[in-house]
Amino acid sequence: MIITNIEVIPDKTIVKHLGMVQGNTVRAKHVGRDFLAGLKNIVGGELTSYTELLSEAREEAVARMRKQAEMIGANAVVNVRFSTSSVTAGAAELFAYGTAVVVD
Amino acid sequence: MFELLIFFCLLVVGYLYGGLVERRHFASIRERESQYQNLLTFSTRHVPPFDSPVTVALVVGSTVVSIDFFKRTAAGLRMLVGGRVSAYESLLERARREAILRMKEEAVRVGATQIFNVKLETASITKGAGRQVGCVEVFAYGTGIIVSR
Repeated sequence: MIITNIEVIPDKTIVKHLGMVQGNTVRAKHVGRDFLAGLKNIVGGELTSYTELLSEAREEAVARMRKQAEMIGANAVVNVRFSTSSVTAGAAELFAYGTAVVVD
Repeated sequence: MFELLIFFCLLVVGYLYGGLVERRHFASIRERESQYQNLLTFSTRHVPPFDSPVTVALVVGSTVVSIDFFKRTAAGLRMLVGGRVSAYESLLERARREAILRMKEEAVRVGATQIFNVKLETASITKGAGRQVGCVEVFAYGTGIIVSR
């Protein structure tokens, strides 16, 4: 499965469009992480636990999108976009979407 | 009175330690940026034709950076009079450059030599959660081109 955020795949031709595929996940931070982040807020700097949490969540969203694309028989997803939104305080939604295509 | 003392302690700790952390971070960013100078990064979507066959891979990089207590207080005071909030400018600059660097690190790991269609996304992840403002996430992504020889 080829995943890319450009419209075409170099050296390959798109033979069939299968429509949009998407994957999302909503994650919340746990209390321990929140407490440590609170301490880190005093001195500043990178909040490693949040970085990990969000990149794990994004991988999950991409995996779901990939699964959906596989289910409809695609072998590539082009024009992938990401979006983040905070649903409530303390929880974020990570969303990935793209166009499923068949290439040869 | 006691609360005021704690407040000033936090201000001093934030000023000294936060400043140190920021200077170190910028030094490390500059060093790694010169290391990855040869990896070309483009924000255009159009990929020019290559001589040899290529494969593509999505490369991503992200970071969550928080502002220190001193700068947050200074920015709070600045909000009263308006104008340039330089405390947040440096926070966002740090986060963006770090996210781009992590994306480049991943590109090197998968063997890409160029990155096309780089997009940057900024999100304030602790928005609305009490007084915890000033914590941003920057996410950078693009398509890495792997030239097979």
